[in-house]
Amino acid sequence: MLALHTLWFILLAILWVGFFVLEGFDLGVGALHTFVGRTDTEQRVAINTIGPWWDGNEVWLIVAGAGTFAAFPAWYASWFSALYLALLLVLAALMGRGVAFEFRGKRDDPRWRRGWSLCMTIGSLLIPLLLGVGLGDLLTGLPMNAEHEFTGNFFDLLRPYGLYTGVTLLVLCLLHGCTFLRLRTGPPITERARALAGPLGWLAVALVIGFVIWTRAEVGKTVPDPVQALAILAIVFAAVLAPREHPGWAFTCSAVAIAATVGSLFIHLYPDVMVSSTSAANDLTVNNAASGHYALAVMTVVTIVFLPIVLLYQGWSFYVFRGRVLVPGQADGAPSPAPPADRPGGQAPAQDPPGAAPPAAPA
Amino acid sequence: MANELARWQFATTSIYHFLFVPVTIGLAFLVAILQTAWYRNENPEYRRLCKFFGTLLLINVAVGVVTGLVQEFEFGMNWSLYARYVGDVFGGPLAMEGLAAFFLESTFLGLWLFGWDRLPRRIHLATIWLVSFGTILSAAFIMAANSWMQHPVGYSLNSKGQPQLNDVGALFTNPTFLWGYVHVILASLVTGSLVMLAVSAWQIRKQHAVESFHHTARLSLVVLLPSIVLALFVGSELGVIEAKYQPMKIAAAEAQWKTCKPCSFSLFQIGGGKNDHTPSQIIEIPHLLSLLATNSWGGEVKGLEPLQKEYEKKYGPGEYVPNVFLQYWSMRIMAYIASAVLLLALWGAWLLHRGRLERSKWFLRLGVWAVVTPFAMNTAGWMLTENGRQPWIVQGLMKTVKANSPSVSSGEVWASLIVFVLIFTALGAADVYLMLRYARRGLPEEEPQPARTLPTTTPALTY
Repeated sequence: MLALHTLWFILLAILWVGFFVLEGFDLGVGALHTFVGRTDTEQRVAINTIGPWWDGNEVWLIVAGAGTFAAFPAWYASWFSALYLALLLVLAALMGRGVAFEFRGKRDDPRWRRGWSLCMTIGSLLIPLLLGVGLGDLLTGLPMNAEHEFTGNFFDLLRPYGLYTGVTLLVLCLLHGCTFLRLRTGPPITERARALAGPLGWLAVALVIGFVIWTRAEVGKTVPDPVQALAILAIVFAAVLAPREHPGWAFTCSAVAIAATVGSLFIHLYPDVMVSSTSAANDLTVNNAASGHYALAVMTVVTIVFLPIVLLYQGWSFYVFRGRVLVPGQADGAPSPAPPADRPGGQAPAQDPPGAAPPAAPA
Repeated sequence: MANELARWQFATTSIYHFLFVPVTIGLAFLVAILQTAWYRNENPEYRRLCKFFGTLLLINVAVGVVTGLVQEFEFGMNWSLYARYVGDVFGGPLAMEGLAAFFLESTFLGLWLFGWDRLPRRIHLATIWLVSFGTILSAAFIMAANSWMQHPVGYSLNSKGQPQLNDVGALFTNPTFLWGYVHVILASLVTGSLVMLAVSAWQIRKQHAVESFHHTARLSLVVLLPSIVLALFVGSELGVIEAKYQPMKIAAAEAQWKTCKPCSFSLFQIGGGKNDHTPSQIIEIPHLLSLLATNSWGGEVKGLEPLQKEYEKKYGPGEYVPNVFLQYWSMRIMAYIASAVLLLALWGAWLLHRGRLERSKWFLRLGVWAVVTPFAMNTAGWMLTENGRQPWIVQGLMKTVKANSPSVSSGEVWASLIVFVLIFTALGAADVYLMLRYARRGLPEEEPQPARTLPTTTPALTY
């Protein structure tokens, strides 16, 4: 039978994969909203494409963190205290970005809006980069003593492999944001997203291939790995499809590429959860970091009950807001390509006239 | 030093976080009621009120959510020895909170915010109730975790001396949890209704949409009066529970150094701190402390001195008395303000009954300023309960001085403390600015009914 601590390792990997697949696109959109949107209205359109979901997507990260605390307290303790200053930056980024969504549109003043846009952009860039560094460090190892306490300093966190993982995830999120925008809005935003998606796609291909090779070197494995192969395959398809007229497939491929990249990191980490660069004897593993059987059993039951329900209502939320968000006034004969056939009515105008003072809708 | 700083940081971030939490819990509930009113009688006035207070709710939620993230990370960042030691028991409720409550809250808040005129009315009404339910549910899990620190239950110590969960039901039937949780929910309703009352009173005084805001003034008083009565009652029961499991907490809250029987309650006193065990009590109410701490007329309350001796015997040498000054005054600030709020609620209820609410200048003026009271009460309440737990981080199991991360230096905690204070100040300023701005503007304009041709799947430009 599958041991509970292994099951929990898999569950946590799924939570991280879920986080990067879902929050990945809203991080990408957040980071690029001032590049794909030139006017304030265009920027608002870009932000509103992720409006109903970004907060729910972020919960995947919170649950991954809290789940680590519950299932592997020693891992949570060592990892979070080791990453102290990096996580401080992550928190600052999450805070600035989180309130920016709500606050930005609340005042019709260009300086106010530029300020919050800046918070959103910087926050959205820092989050995948730093979390990627933190995840990469698990595999490449951090100095850790026999009590599993971190013994290094801030610069010990910036390992080449960790940094590379961070950059890879960042670029994947940016690409994912572009493929998402192409599904969710119309020109001129989609055109700019398409222009960005080309170079980002091939950069991501190079980074993912490098990531696969480097990861294999880190763990000293030579056996073929289907998940890594899938990551490469998916990112190549994403790069090929991203600038073409297949936004649905391009988005699917960028999602699979992120999922397989993050997933492969966890596959190669197992059965360790956090490698000690000081001595292999100090490694944290699924065995020595896990909670007791009873606690894991309770959490397993809770997860089996609630996670499917969460997937159902989050899925429903994606279904409810499946229509495109467009620049107001674009519908009536504006020069734009016809909406895809499977999205009837996709070209309807959003409600507010451009530049309307704080939106009339509930916010 | 690093330990002290980590405590300062945790206190700062959690107190700050809890300025926003009760507003969220309370207002989400009240907004759901307003929307239900609109659903039932289709009076557009309720829809406008619902959107008006919904905006205030959302501004507040934004800061509440992001400051909550800090809490979730801090246990591991600053308190690694604590996290390592208690995670088996304490981590569970936190993970459950995320799975059961945070997902619910955030997903349905998105559906509610973007779902106006997009979802069928009945479904849209359900989304705000699910948001409200999510906020109330999340408090349950975090309170279960906190109550375990106050009164650990449902565990056994393993071979390494670490607590391991062996009865999850016990976490949620912990008497400290049951009374504490209800107390927190009631305090949140008090907070939400006082915010709504303040805004309504201000608008009525300025003669803006008087009839509409009369509805919300009434609603807030209808919620406020029973909530404050029950909060006082449940709070005093919680005191009895705490006197049983954490006698130091209650003895310190009364600066009661010697054992007494029966015990009087001092309304105000001078001295009584660490170096003055015989304070001059200015006004004493006989028997009241016995009544509050033990539920009996002549009950005995153990003094700090005998408790200290008892603890030294049980746990070895050390200082087991929490900061008496903080305990004594946070207890009084909480209780006195609550009593004043009760009077205000009674006054408001009487005015409502006589139909004179909108004409009572003094009540409306006071009602606006009363908005500061819940924040003072809530903060004092948490000071009382958390400071009273010291020197323990988990009562009887682990001391706070031995719980912080050995790998995190004081320099690093200084850095983070400064960063948090700066960010919190900026967020707080933006939040207060926006809250005032949106609370002062009138009700949102009547929106034209959306054209039927609009696809129901296109989100509006809400952000």
